Amino acid sequence: MIQILFFLFAALAVGAAINVLVQKHVLYSSLSLIVMLTSISALFVLLQAEFLAVINVIVYAGAIMVLFVFVIMLLNLPADPSDEKETDRLRWLKFIGIPLGIFLLLLVGATVWNVGSAANTTQMPGTAEAIGQSMFTEYLLPFELTSLLILIALMGAVVFAKKDL
Amino acid sequence: MIPLNWYLILAAVLFLVGVLGFFLKRNIIALLLSVEIMLNAVNLTFVAFSSQHAQIRGQIFVFFVLVVAAAEAAVGLALVIAMFRNRESLNVDRSNLLKW
Amino acid sequence: MIEYLTSREFLILMAKMIAIFGGVMTALAYTTLLERRVMAFVQMRPGPNRVGPFGLLQPLADGLKFMLKEQVVPTNANVLLYYAAPIVALIPALLSFSVIPFGPDLKITDVSVSLLFVFAITSLGVYGIVLGGWASNSKYPLMGAMRASAQMLSYELSLTLSVVGVLMIAHTLSLGHLVTSQQGTWFGFIPRWNIFLQPVAFLVYVISAVAETNRLPFDLAESEQELVAGWHTEYSGMKFAMFFLAEYANMVTVSCLATILFLGGWNGPMFGPWWLQMALPTVWFVMKISVFIFAYIMVRATVPRIRYDQLMQFGWKVLLPLSVANILITSLAVALS
Repeated sequence: MIQILFFLFAALAVGAAINVLVQKHVLYSSLSLIVMLTSISALFVLLQAEFLAVINVIVYAGAIMVLFVFVIMLLNLPADPSDEKETDRLRWLKFIGIPLGIFLLLLVGATVWNVGSAANTTQMPGTAEAIGQSMFTEYLLPFELTSLLILIALMGAVVFAKKDL
Repeated sequence: MIPLNWYLILAAVLFLVGVLGFFLKRNIIALLLSVEIMLNAVNLTFVAFSSQHAQIRGQIFVFFVLVVAAAEAAVGLALVIAMFRNRESLNVDRSNLLKW
Repeated sequence: MIEYLTSREFLILMAKMIAIFGGVMTALAYTTLLERRVMAFVQMRPGPNRVGPFGLLQPLADGLKFMLKEQVVPTNANVLLYYAAPIVALIPALLSFSVIPFGPDLKITDVSVSLLFVFAITSLGVYGIVLGGWASNSKYPLMGAMRASAQMLSYELSLTLSVVGVLMIAHTLSLGHLVTSQQGTWFGFIPRWNIFLQPVAFLVYVISAVAETNRLPFDLAESEQELVAGWHTEYSGMKFAMFFLAEYANMVTVSCLATILFLGGWNGPMFGPWWLQMALPTVWFVMKISVFIFAYIMVRATVPRIRYDQLMQFGWKVLLPLSVANILITSLAVALS
């Protein structure tokens, strides 16, 4: 049963990711990315990390992608047909790039093929309590630094998007 | 029970899709989306390893990756808006004024 | 797997799902009738009372009307997104009922992070509005959609932060455990509800919930006088009915969350024989939700609309600092006790 779910969500994730590349209009790419994010959250639940799964949906699919969709709608772009003509000289690189990428994938696959087929016996709870206990004792300094990082990113985004600096 | 290497290979495939998208797309928002695909593949790897070794450390690191991705997406989109205002196009090949 | 599908627990689960889903859909249909009647009585007119006794068959007539209307697609609209937007709005609105406990055993499932699950699902409901407004290819829907989604995002922050105080008191994120942590009484007669411990959080939560579901006084994005009908201007027939149902389902969801977090959920005085005691928690829960829905409708009937910039200022400058201050004070109190 778990294997059926794994294959379903894995196929959905890979299909949505490929759809991100294939679509001409960037709004359809963002919507495919949202599908990919929710299927990765489902895979997190299969890995017993349910807190991280809902956090992934809230932060990534519910906030970051809404930002992307807003910007795309506000800029009101058509599917740009002039993209094809401009870059003739780089077109042939695609035929080297994609096989090279598949070769890299086979290399990674061969490396991890024999990793950890033994099932783990200790079930680790992925609850908020387990993450909180580690985050607020051992990783407190990175936690505070990330809050500073978000503050700086917030100020940077406001400054960049202003019309008159 | 799903072996660990299935998750790792799935994450590698997603990472490959993200890398290909980053190299082959011209639209700058599509480039940002490909970076998000790569980050999600890395998140999947971290959580798979954290579940295998029963340590919470992998999930904590995913938290930090999520925070950095949020900050990067916000600033990146602000830059896209500023770039679009000056050039009226989202094609990255039009922003090559410093190229020799 | 076949033996699981025919086992007794799966059949009980199916029965619970049918009961909860059927009950929720009926409640949504009759909430529309309740809203029209209550608003009518406030405005000194009778409201719909022709179809059936006291107008009780009106939702049936409305459903038939929606199904039989002509399907219109605007010119140059994005057809795929135009048809997908009501579905994207309705599915998250209904999915959040899968973790809400209607009684000690009457819930479909309960994960350890079910409160966050409900918040995650409602944050996906923003896409229905955004896509609906954009796909209609018309100016009123686009403006309404942008305003509504910006408002929903802003008030989602104070909504989720205002419940952190309750979570610190109850030490759990699961909705079932949040209800059982409010059992019992103080001094024998005051129930151990979180509203007495977190009054400021309750106020912030209720105001944010009204703004989150785009209801008056915060409905500038979809009001008739301002934007024709906001993001669902160009929708008619069954697609409009799906948007309509999604809005009422969101309303009922935040009312359910408010009772679970602050009013003790299905807790209440137990009395009577065993069959009454089995039904009594659900009765208390439904009564508490009805108080919230009635309050929603009465606020809609009495309060004027707030302007959009006043709305955004209120959300960011008043509610968000209030909820953060509530977290600080609650964490100090919990740490010192």
